[in-house]
Order: sequence, then structure tokens, then C-alpha cells
Amino acid sequence: MTVVERREIALVDLLDRLLAGGVVITGDITLRIADVDLVRIDLNALISSVNKQVPSPWPETLPEDLPRALPEVS
Amino acid sequence: MSDMSGLRYVYAVCRPFEAPLQAELTGVAGNPPKLLRHGDLVAVVSAVPEGDFAEEPLRRHLEDLDWLSDTARAHEKVIAALTTVTSPLPLRLATVFRDDSGVRTMMEDEGERLHTALERIAGRVEWGVKVYVDPEKSAPQSPAAEPKAKPATGRDYLRRKRAEHERQETTWERAENFARRLHEHLSRHAQATRLHPPQNPVLSRAPGRNVLNAAYLVDRSHSEEFVELVDRTKDEEPGLRVELTGPWAAYSFSSLDDYGQRAAEGEYDQGARGAYEGEDRR
Repeated sequence: MTVVERREIALVDLLDRLLAGGVVITGDITLRIADVDLVRIDLNALISSVNKQVPSPWPETLPEDLPRALPEVS
Repeated sequence: MSDMSGLRYVYAVCRPFEAPLQAELTGVAGNPPKLLRHGDLVAVVSAVPEGDFAEEPLRRHLEDLDWLSDTARAHEKVIAALTTVTSPLPLRLATVFRDDSGVRTMMEDEGERLHTALERIAGRVEWGVKVYVDPEKSAPQSPAAEPKAKPATGRDYLRRKRAEHERQETTWERAENFARRLHEHLSRHAQATRLHPPQNPVLSRAPGRNVLNAAYLVDRSHSEEFVELVDRTKDEEPGLRVELTGPWAAYSFSSLDDYGQRAAEGEYDQGARGAYEGEDRR
């Protein structure tokens, strides 16, 4: 086991807590930007943009409907 | 605080505390955090420019990994400083109000629930425990894995493929059992637990697949013991890696609403994405 010392906190560990944790306050005087769904959508956009920049280390799994699109072998 | 212009970024709400904040401490947008007291609550806030933190620019910024990273680190720096003097109740990243009076109104309206949440985390910290599995390394040595020569026949090839597949199955099963046992064990030493979804390997850049990503709320006074518990799992399973992070402020236990709604079984369930498990066992 590796006990990670607090040299540099990994961004993902931080985002687990800052985007999925913490008190969500939505009063009408707030700008409503702490809204969970908004942040979740933005994080998804973020992950997909990171995915585009960094190729996945393993082959992507094929979408389930792909084999059906292949020509049939008779 | 009336001299601060711009919007108000709120990091945390705390009970009033005596110790001063570090003089050099800066927060999001480089401004020093200030304390804004309202009744028995203190909000930790700093001024942020409207050009970056109004709804529209913020929405754009949140999709910029560098901006998000800097902001998250600045937020955590303030929370970490607070953690040395009190048990802060952290707010979700990018909680922004128009002005001080907006922050006061929030504390007035949410006062009771904030107090309840503060009471729950008083004197406690959060520890993060993750389990990773590397199927290559954790595969037990079996004769089927050794021959590197080309399979002589198609049947040999299929046999080898099947053996490989079975070995992987065992690896996942072993990893899952280990993660479940570890989670159950650690839950017994925590006031509350929460399962986060396994981390995206592309974002984490961590080798192996993340099979457990859990948070535990632990009394400060029992933290050393908790760390030792995790440390003892070190050599239990070859090919599985356990990572401990913390102590964190109680980020994962700061909900004002759904806390303690679930039964106290603390059952391990990968499907329980981010849901609270277990009740406060004070």
C-alpha cells in the first residue's frame, strides 16, 4: 500500500470533494451557480475534453450496436 | 469588509473561533479571506471579480481545466488553513453571493441546518481511501500464462484465451471482495462513510483501475488509529493498491439534506454513487 503524503493533492481527489461534496446553498440571493446539475454537466464536458486531448491508454470498447452495422457473413 | 468591491466567494461556514488566520493566506483570485460573523456563525469569504465569477464567465471557466484546477486548489488552501484552527463546514466550489448582505441573509435563512451540520462534523476529519487493481500484476502465476510461443493450433489459441479470461475474472472478484471487506472494516471505525464513484483513469492518470473510492468521517482523536488500520492492509493482496488521502475537512459529509436518510448497514454497493451510507453513530 502507498500512503500518499500531502505533497501535492491530486486534482481528481480534490474535485471529488469540491464538486460532489461541500454544502450546496441555493438561495435566491445567490447567483445559483452552485447548482449541482450545472457543475455535473460542466465536469462531464471537462472529462470529455480531456479524453479528446489524451488518448485512452487502452482500446475503446465498441458500442453495443456496432456489430449489427457490420455486413453479414454468409 | 465594506471596502471590498466585487462579488463574495464563500469558502466555508464555521462556528466562531479565536485563533487568527495566517496573515499571508490568499484565496481564490488572490484575495485574502475575511471572516464575516452573523450570530453564532462565521462565513469565510473573499472578494472575487465580477468579470470571472458572475454566472456567465463562471460557467465558461468551469470547463477550463487549468482555471478549475487553480480555483479548486485556492479553495482547498483556505479550507486547509481553517482546518488547523476549527472544523469548517466547506461549501461547494464556486458558491458566490452578490455582497456581504447576501451572505448574511444566507446564514440567517440556513442557520439551523448549518448548525446541525457543524455539530455533526465538529472535531472530525475526513479520510479518503481508494483501492486500485492492476490485472496484469495481480494475476496469480499459472502455467497457462507462461508459454509465450505461438499457439500451435486454433484450439490451443482458444484454450489460452479462455484461461486468460478466467484469470481476469478471478482478479476482479478478488479485488471486489477485498474492497468490500476493507470498506466494511473501515466503516466500523468511522462515524459515517460515503462512496464516491470510481475515478476516471484518464483524469486521475493513476495506474490500474479504481475499484473503491470511499470517504470516512473519523474523530480527530481516532485518526492515528484509522491510518494504522489502513496501513495494515498494505500487503494483504498482491496487485491491489490501497491509497490513503487526508486528513481533509469534512467535504463529503457536508450535505444539509440527505445525511442519515439511509439505513445504517453501510453496505458496499458500487451502484450507490456518492450516496451517504450509515448514520451518525454518536
